[in-house]
Amino acid sequence: MVGRGLRAAALACGLALPAAAGDAPARVVSMNLCTDQLALMLAAPGQLVSVSALSQDPRASVMAAEAQALPPNHGLAEEIFLLRPDLVLAGRFSSPATLDMLRRLGLRVETFDPESTLDDIRANLRRMGEVLGRDATRTIAQFDADLAALPPPATPRPRAASYGANSYAEGPDSLAGQIIAAAGFTNIAAERGLSFGGTLPLEVLMLASPDLILRGAPYPGASRAEAVLDHPGLRHLAPQHRTDRDWVCGTPRILHAITDLQKAAAP
Amino acid sequence: MSRLLLALSLLVAALFTASLLIGPARVPPLPSLHALFTGNDPMLTLVMREVRLPRALLGLMVGAALGLSGAALQGFLRNPLAEPGLIGASGAAALGAVLAIQTGLAAAFPLGLPLAALAGAMASVALILLLAGPRGGALTLILAGVALSALAGAATSLVLNLSPNPFAANEIIFWMMGSLADRSLLHVGIALPFMIAGGALLLSLGPGLQALTLGEDAAASSGIRMGALRWRLVLGVAAMVGAATAVAGAIGFVGLAAPHVLRRAVGGSPARLLPASALGGAALVLAADIAVRLLMPDRDLKLGVLTALVGTPFFLHLILRMRREGA
Repeated sequence: MVGRGLRAAALACGLALPAAAGDAPARVVSMNLCTDQLALMLAAPGQLVSVSALSQDPRASVMAAEAQALPPNHGLAEEIFLLRPDLVLAGRFSSPATLDMLRRLGLRVETFDPESTLDDIRANLRRMGEVLGRDATRTIAQFDADLAALPPPATPRPRAASYGANSYAEGPDSLAGQIIAAAGFTNIAAERGLSFGGTLPLEVLMLASPDLILRGAPYPGASRAEAVLDHPGLRHLAPQHRTDRDWVCGTPRILHAITDLQKAAAP
Repeated sequence: MSRLLLALSLLVAALFTASLLIGPARVPPLPSLHALFTGNDPMLTLVMREVRLPRALLGLMVGAALGLSGAALQGFLRNPLAEPGLIGASGAAALGAVLAIQTGLAAAFPLGLPLAALAGAMASVALILLLAGPRGGALTLILAGVALSALAGAATSLVLNLSPNPFAANEIIFWMMGSLADRSLLHVGIALPFMIAGGALLLSLGPGLQALTLGEDAAASSGIRMGALRWRLVLGVAAMVGAATAVAGAIGFVGLAAPHVLRRAVGGSPARLLPASALGGAALVLAADIAVRLLMPDRDLKLGVLTALVGTPFFLHLILRMRREGA
């Protein structure tokens, strides 16, 4: 406890600490898709003992192959406790009842905010390194170098809208909005005054004449919420670009999303 | 009488135009209509023809279908409480539609959706007529309707909860309450043939329903074949309610309120009530759909919420009156 306090104080002062082998948690369980992926990128071999079942799904996770090598959990207190972890990684919006129970059982639980900016990605990488006792500086430096190497945006900036189920458009303050901006697009949701995101009625989107529409892959089964994406009015409006797993979580992999989007912008 | 139909037609035309002109993209009326008819502004024309026009057309069609079905059911059962929503026809049609969509039948074959909804509605109407008997006692009718509605609603919820699609479960409310948001001309196309067929069937029931006001024996002696009349009613209501529910969800109380408001104006004649009630239902749904867009433009407020707010007082009023007459 004292050692951890010292470490935190040292890190707060900006001192780089070498990973102390004795202090690093040896059995880490992650129960959130996004903490799963950051942990898989940074953890030492054998340090991570289970990740959430979602991160084994290649539609949602960029680390699906790595995740499939580990036993999955389903975010339930009982199964996580039985894995005897000394650290549990969770998201800000993981079930509070589950997290409270794990804490009552004496487990150390670290929650991470979802990333909605590029800075959030750096901050979460750094913090994931700290809690795992691993050094994230190289990963962050690589991320910054790759960002700096992106080609400059085209002028005039093409206009795009990210359009999802229930006519939901992602705003400039969301992670998708940051990807759209980094790829050199103007976000139509921003023109309509949506900051994080919100409902953009179909006819408003049509009259905004976007150059590109970003949409996710459809889920199996069918829903009326997604039916708006197949509306004939949308089909003739603008080319569509599929968003994929690179867009889901704030990891360095959003660089793939940005470069893919830049390719879609080039005629 | 024809003056009533003319007035109702003018009301429906005015509401139809208003429905075309009201939307979240605030475009002035004249350029909108100009774009709709001439196609001079490609983007605005696309909005008018692909978004606003189908919505207004469906409001008109769905309202007419529900109003006409309500009037026909009430005439046949000689009971003012009969209504597609209350007797479970809309709920059963929604179940049929949900099954068609979730099994992929609707995607594989466009007419699969309205046909499945029609089958659901038909099963429920036939069952109600069987349970309520020829005279359609109010108590059996309503109880059978409540039971069927509950069953159909529960089965619809079950199917949507079992769907692998994360959005499907949220749509229980759409199937129970109905909405016309973001429907396209495709939906108009799949509903229209069924509504034309069902409408023709139901409008042709006029003389039979008129004769039935004198009692079944009198109707039979004046050459009305009760069995055939019943089957035409079942088919007609199933086609109308099935097609309406398949594209817009279950919208309640329209078939109750429209005939109730207009009954006195047609002198209580069930035959004359049929066309008047179709126009009244269309006006009611168009007005409700305009109201949801004005009250909560961003929320996709469900149509059934408004029609229930308007329709429930009528329903309670009818119950009070029946109790007085019964006492």
